Amino acid sequence: MSEPEPDTEARRIATEARDRARFEEEALSLADQVYRVARRLVGSREEAEDLVQETYARAFRSWRSYTAGTNMRAWLLRILTNLNVDRGRRIQRTPQTQPLEETDYYLANKLASAGGEQVLETDDVVERMSQDSVVNALSEIQPQFREVVVLVDIGDFTYADAAQILDIPIGTVMSRLHRGRRALKQRLAEGAVT
Amino acid sequence: MSGDPCDRCEELLQDFLDRTLSDAEWREAETHLAGCDYCSRRYRFEASLRRYVKTSAIERMPPGLMAKLDELRGLDATA
Repeated sequence: MSEPEPDTEARRIATEARDRARFEEEALSLADQVYRVARRLVGSREEAEDLVQETYARAFRSWRSYTAGTNMRAWLLRILTNLNVDRGRRIQRTPQTQPLEETDYYLANKLASAGGEQVLETDDVVERMSQDSVVNALSEIQPQFREVVVLVDIGDFTYADAAQILDIPIGTVMSRLHRGRRALKQRLAEGAVT
Repeated sequence: MSGDPCDRCEELLQDFLDRTLSDAEWREAETHLAGCDYCSRRYRFEASLRRYVKTSAIERMPPGLMAKLDELRGLDATA
């Protein structure tokens, strides 16, 4: 038996078309979440749009390499972060040497020393910082730290997912995440209290 | 030398909110927080800050992008 039966072949083609359509549907349903991460990894909306389009183009071409039932959002983000690194598009606004970041209470202490300890009790204390200042502070963190903060704190990925996406050990995810968050607070402190 | 308990609590802050502390560390933090307003205020602040950072950083997909992505369906692996 060399040639498959015609109806077997037709069935195989139909099954593949159905699997592919399902894959595409699922991938597209995640686009908003993929864009959300992309937008904070690059400097502009246009770049984020390009990056997401390139990611989907590559994902749709290589859909067969996705294992059904695994985390598709992480799979898409792995493509995206690799493309982003390849193009050297990560925002590079920070100086070469990162100053040693302050400790975790730094921002709260700054706000408390300016407005009194009770300022930390008020519900809107964080909202006194503009959303733009938060976004700017985020964009100023060193790329390798920002990547992890964006994946975990904005994209809701677990440490394990982030490790897989970036192809780094979990311990590295944790240390970069901790340092990235402290760097973010340090920048917010510089802007919030003048 | 045992060190300042508030410094220790500060070290545990991120993992406490990420729920990645060991049971022993979790109890250590809880015990300290129960009796320390200074650290409790800072933990609450950190929790609201994280929510605020997330809300501020999330930007919806620009209109039109979805249609562009939809057009990519069916791309050939050899293309």
